[in-house]
Amino acid sequence: MAYEKVNELNLKDTELRLGLPGTEQVKEEQEVSCVRSNKRQLQSDIEEESTPPTKTQIVGWPPVRSYRKNNNSVSYVKVSMDGAPYLRKIDLKIYKNYTELLKALEIMFKFTIGEYSEREGYKGSGVVPTYEDKDGDWMLVGDVPWDMFSSSCKRLRIMKGPDALALDSAI
Amino acid sequence: MDLRLPSKVLEHIFSFVDSNEDRNSVSLVCKSWYETERRTRKKIFVRNCYAVTPEAVARRFPEMRSLTLKGKPHFADYNLVPDGWGGYAWPWIEALAEKSPSLEELRLKRMVVTDECLEKIAASFKEFKALVLTSCEGFSTDGLAAIAVACSNLRELELRECIVEDLGGDWLSYFPETLTSLVSLDFSCLDSAVKLSDLERLVSRSPNLKSLKLNRAVSLEALGSLLRLAPQLVELGTGSFSDKLDQEAVSKLSQAFSELKQLKSLSGLWDVHPEYIPLLYSVCPRLTSLNLSYATVQMPDLVELLSRCSNLQKLWVMDLIEDKGLEAVASSCKELRELRVFPSGAEDLDETNVAMTEQGLVSVSEVCPNLESVLYFCVQFTNEALVTIARNRPNLKCFRLCVMEPFSPDHKTQKPLDEGFKAIVEGCKDLQRLSVSGLLTDKAFQYIGTHGKKIRMLSIAFAGESDLMLHHLLSGCESLNKLEIRDCPFGDTALLENAAKLETMRSLWMSSCFVSFGACKLLSQKMPKLNVEVIDEHPPETRPDSSPVERIYIYRTLAGPRLDMPEFVWTIHKNLEIGVSNLAIE
Repeated sequence: MAYEKVNELNLKDTELRLGLPGTEQVKEEQEVSCVRSNKRQLQSDIEEESTPPTKTQIVGWPPVRSYRKNNNSVSYVKVSMDGAPYLRKIDLKIYKNYTELLKALEIMFKFTIGEYSEREGYKGSGVVPTYEDKDGDWMLVGDVPWDMFSSSCKRLRIMKGPDALALDSAI
Repeated sequence: MDLRLPSKVLEHIFSFVDSNEDRNSVSLVCKSWYETERRTRKKIFVRNCYAVTPEAVARRFPEMRSLTLKGKPHFADYNLVPDGWGGYAWPWIEALAEKSPSLEELRLKRMVVTDECLEKIAASFKEFKALVLTSCEGFSTDGLAAIAVACSNLRELELRECIVEDLGGDWLSYFPETLTSLVSLDFSCLDSAVKLSDLERLVSRSPNLKSLKLNRAVSLEALGSLLRLAPQLVELGTGSFSDKLDQEAVSKLSQAFSELKQLKSLSGLWDVHPEYIPLLYSVCPRLTSLNLSYATVQMPDLVELLSRCSNLQKLWVMDLIEDKGLEAVASSCKELRELRVFPSGAEDLDETNVAMTEQGLVSVSEVCPNLESVLYFCVQFTNEALVTIARNRPNLKCFRLCVMEPFSPDHKTQKPLDEGFKAIVEGCKDLQRLSVSGLLTDKAFQYIGTHGKKIRMLSIAFAGESDLMLHHLLSGCESLNKLEIRDCPFGDTALLENAAKLETMRSLWMSSCFVSFGACKLLSQKMPKLNVEVIDEHPPETRPDSSPVERIYIYRTLAGPRLDMPEFVWTIHKNLEIGVSNLAIE
């Protein structure tokens, strides 16, 4: 039955036990599943948590009509910048190339970015835009052709300070 | 002395009775009123196409001019009903073609409509004026061409979120030059581009055109020329709202928008490029309805736009609006009646900095006195917020909350959301539609059963602890008409104990619950006026009575078992040896 197979959490909730179903248990499960392997060891990755397993597995949930799901441009990526207190979201589809994207990021987060070169990365400003791709690898923005980037980018992180310098010099 | 009013007088009096609810009451008074009423009713609503046969409807209402039919259960919208389940329009169209050839309007929702159906409509109903298909599927653009070419008095052709086999944009070209009666055209769900020149000619020869909803393939530039041809539009659905326009084109488009003096409703707005949002500013103050749910616009731009919409009554938007944006809506759009916030997919469940929370809805509820209908997708909620919303807005009629992670507790106290929903049903005495979510125990449903006396439609997912939940609802909610439940851990006892209640409701849907096959059989035997459908795509080899069923769909019917059941739908009528009569009740 879909109920049992798809979501292990649910079955536990119906077990006979003291206490309300789903309170402590849920939190525990989420904390346990937050460890994920990244190829780059970045120090400030505390807030990295993997998506809870329930999100993509349940049929027909959340209850959004398939018509709406299919027609929604879900190409949002979260953008974070080291030191900035808030996350922003951008729709990659509205940019045609790296120049447009970087310009938009500069405006959004009020910084200027250095010159990009394939061999040397972003020189000059101590700001390094990176992104996480479909495989979970962290890459430098600009390394791959735009189309490949826009279809594989899952989130953006604009690094500043010591981490940025470390990454820059590693390239 | 005959004290009865002559039927001609009765007819005249009944012609002033518009609402079908009133007409239903009228027909219960006595035989003569029933007879007179049925001969004068023109608009018929059949909210479950399997509740009654088309022949019976045609026979009872000889003057039928408009028919509204609904097919699949609501949860079909979320892929919970397997393909091939049913909801076919053909038997209805075939019967009406013969028995009600004067039919003028057909409105179908969640039904399977084939090209054959559309061709039959085109060929059979000489006075046909309106075809509105909502969430339907099974037809192609060829069928549309058949309607376009033959229905010379066509006023309305609307395809709302249908799944259409798109064979190209030619269908539009089939509207003859002699067709000048169009009032409403909605082809927003089609993919292919129609020929712009044909569309322009159609629009320019339709002086009564009030509603035009384009598909995504219509460019922003093309929109400009269309608007200049139809400045009288009251409802507009744009196509794609991004383009490479030069200054001149932009100012021409801006001018075209400002000429739309009657425009009240705006939708479409796919791929909105922020640069073009100011084009809409001139129509904002007049708008009463704005659908931005496909517009990927960020909060600051949304606020700029919505701050100009002081007369807005209906707003559909994505959660990109964030709490901040909803606060701005609250202060700018004081006439707001209906708010729907859809998930954009940008809001993630593990995000530590969530930009749209319960606070957004609380702000709107605080300030907008007419807010009565809410659909709200979000990642977290609190009891406190629900209590506040209920206190602020006792006039709520429809409250649908979807906290996206199942079993989410109050994110501040970690308690279930029982008390919050209690406040909602206690405070909002006119609540007719409710969808609950988050962590809920049986208590929540006890409250709903105790206080939700006017609730007609109730949707539940991932909730409750035991059969008591269902029992509270079926025994307490007096006005309950439609109940749909998924992934809740119970079934049999409450269902059998409250079997009689099911005849007072239109339908009950339960999927991924613990309803046993034996209970389904028992219920079927007990209640012959119900169709108890067991829908199992993967039934076990043998079916012991204790085995749980995947889905159960129960509805009252005068038509008996349906004749179009696929393999995977079981009703007791398929097991004749159990001894239940399968004669249709006419």
